[in-house]
Amino acid sequence: MSEATFRTCPTTGLKVDLNAQKLIKANAVAAVVFLAIGGLFGLTVALTRWPAVHLLPADWFYLALTAHGLDVLLLWIIFFEIAVLYFASSTLLNCRIAAPRWGWVAFWMMLAGGLITNVAVLQGQSTVMFTSYPPMMAAQHFYLGLILFAVGALVAVGIFFGTLVIAREERTYEGSIPLVTFGALTAAIIAVFTLASGAVILIPTWLWSMGLISTIDPLMYKLVWWAMGHSSQQINVSAHVAVWYAIAAMLFGARPLSEKVSRGAFLLYILFLQLASAHHLLVEPGLSSEWKVFNTSYAMYLAVLGSMIHGLTVPGSIEAAQRRRGFDKGFFEWLRKAPWGNPAFSGMFMSLVMFGFLGGISGVVMGTEQINIIMHNTLYVPGHFHGTVVAGTTLAFMAITYLLIPLIFQREIRFPRLAKWQPYLFGLGVAGISLFMMGAGTLGVSRRHWDITFADAPLDFSYPEAAFLMLALNGLSAIAAALGGLFYVVVVVASVFFGRKVEGRVALEAPAGKSAVASYGSSESLKIPGTLLLVGVFFVAFVLYYFVNWKYLSDIWPMR
Amino acid sequence: MASDQKDPDKERVPFMQRVLDNPFLLLFLGVTIPTVLYILWGVMELTQIPVAP
Amino acid sequence: MAITPPTARLWWKEPVHRTELVWIIVAFLWGLVMFFMMIWWHATGEQNLATETYRTTPNAFYAKTEAMVQQYRVRDVNGIPVVRPPVGSDVYMIGRMWLWYPALELVKGQTYRLHLSALDLQHGFSLQPVNINVQVHPGYQHVLTITPDQAGEFSIVCNEYCGLGHHTMLGKIYVTDASGVTP
Repeated sequence: MSEATFRTCPTTGLKVDLNAQKLIKANAVAAVVFLAIGGLFGLTVALTRWPAVHLLPADWFYLALTAHGLDVLLLWIIFFEIAVLYFASSTLLNCRIAAPRWGWVAFWMMLAGGLITNVAVLQGQSTVMFTSYPPMMAAQHFYLGLILFAVGALVAVGIFFGTLVIAREERTYEGSIPLVTFGALTAAIIAVFTLASGAVILIPTWLWSMGLISTIDPLMYKLVWWAMGHSSQQINVSAHVAVWYAIAAMLFGARPLSEKVSRGAFLLYILFLQLASAHHLLVEPGLSSEWKVFNTSYAMYLAVLGSMIHGLTVPGSIEAAQRRRGFDKGFFEWLRKAPWGNPAFSGMFMSLVMFGFLGGISGVVMGTEQINIIMHNTLYVPGHFHGTVVAGTTLAFMAITYLLIPLIFQREIRFPRLAKWQPYLFGLGVAGISLFMMGAGTLGVSRRHWDITFADAPLDFSYPEAAFLMLALNGLSAIAAALGGLFYVVVVVASVFFGRKVEGRVALEAPAGKSAVASYGSSESLKIPGTLLLVGVFFVAFVLYYFVNWKYLSDIWPMR
Repeated sequence: MASDQKDPDKERVPFMQRVLDNPFLLLFLGVTIPTVLYILWGVMELTQIPVAP
Repeated sequence: MAITPPTARLWWKEPVHRTELVWIIVAFLWGLVMFFMMIWWHATGEQNLATETYRTTPNAFYAKTEAMVQQYRVRDVNGIPVVRPPVGSDVYMIGRMWLWYPALELVKGQTYRLHLSALDLQHGFSLQPVNINVQVHPGYQHVLTITPDQAGEFSIVCNEYCGLGHHTMLGKIYVTDASGVTP
């Protein structure tokens, strides 16, 4: 058994295992490095799409697009999620981390895998997009890097489960695990399915690239690959919902309105969220409508039910906490007087709103079997997932970074004014990226396309003028988002490496009229009118937009 | 006996709470359900595609 | 707090407030509406993607397409044959690097069985400005029964990345009115 040494956190009173702390730091730093690289590639992609700028030549555009997807969609997100898993198990449970040596093995495997795949892409022989659909073939080490990364991440997820077991055996907590840890458990369970599917399909594909297997069936590949590709985004959803709850708890002392409801919503994720991998196969040949309808709807939209529950309970728990603090006037005093100057709060709340309105609604609409016909592989798709994984997950992860730096890295935030504006700039930029790409997609513009003027094509075609405007606005939004991303990287690097050491307590809680009452949320006294108004607006927007798209669909050529 | 039933420290933990407190049961469900409904069902359909006439 | 274990030992037994309960019911019913909407559209809607699919080979599919081209070619556009197949017939279209082959001339309001397959990589059939998008795989033949209900010139973009010439990949479908005129 390895010797664990602890320090006691002066702010929260939690016991922090120093081995876990080092692993959290390493994974978080690696995550930010890949965010910086991938974000830069993303900016060049957006500037190339902007017809008036058209920055990169075609081969570099497709290369940058491949690298962008890989670095941010996989490496940044999963590295950060591993940090969140270690935090939610070891730190929140007051427990030593299981097998820290294996934690380092996992870290170095993931890092090596990420670097190998990046090198493969930059060498130019693996411009196959993030999805790498066969029969298009990448260099051997492209797949090898991905496999190493996936196996490393799987080991890290195993350490999370091991830590849960140790915490229970050594009775480091009473009763059930905290809700945030339960959310992390949800993410970890989905991660097991995700990474195992990835290994199952990438290992034969790797053998195929070495000539040991003659063919990979493109449909079969796509089916299994998306069990990784889409489910990895479902790890994100679970993880960032857990982060929302964590930030609400740390800043406001907020308690879940009901443990039962919030955990039940996570259970719906565990059972059904991963079925939505079918979203990518709705206009594929060879799969029945029964399979498509059942899977794309997460078994009758039960996972969407989970998200809609979190959409009520997260802001609801903040509202309840704020009202207890005395911000009880009208519908929205609790929200107006929230700490909007604290990037942890502003980032978290924008993440919540934009994930729901931009990413959530568009995802369900696009994942409707028939409506997918008018959206598949258009720019609507990246428009949607920039609403989920960037406005939702990335912004939430950025927000909690502002709490992890003082608590885990024990450094003060450098450049606090830059940090204060960072979530707004990034959030605004990402909202623009998401909306304008969805707009262009509605006009039919193809994703992954270097030249929407078709200048070199043997036939004539041009997209509508409005699409050009959309892509120009997308470029401008990408500049804003990239600046916001740059601010984040600068603040993180400056704080982590040059920040003043934190001594004693960190002031986390929002300025309060009255101190939060320790136990509330009893079913008789709950009052959350502001949140109800917000979810009401959300629901109306959802229903209207859903039926508008059925109307669009009914205008296209009849087909059966 | 009757007072034992009301004592929250001795009352049996409800079934659903025990399910939610069991990470490995949840892991089993979370991996099995998509494997059967998404992957296996999908693979079955793909292997049954007929050859073009 | 959400970062500490639940305070009540038997938290499952805590009552749920009516506010939460109402929202859960509303969200659940909305999910059912969306689920049955897809099924209802299968029964009554006019736009449903066919699932008729066959295994094929690039050679076999190319041979069928070429036979159709030889039989029903009416003219060329920029060196690409334009085919006017009989109303109601089986029509073949190939996606390959980097062309949709051949171009088609169809009659408005008539129904055709459109067979799609790829010769080399995956391609994305994206009919513009109608905005119909279907994924096309090599080795699989997907049969869509389509009824163009507008006359005019329509373009097929490729919306799946298929190599460095991907952005030059186009195709054409001309839809004439019943008298044979393309507006």
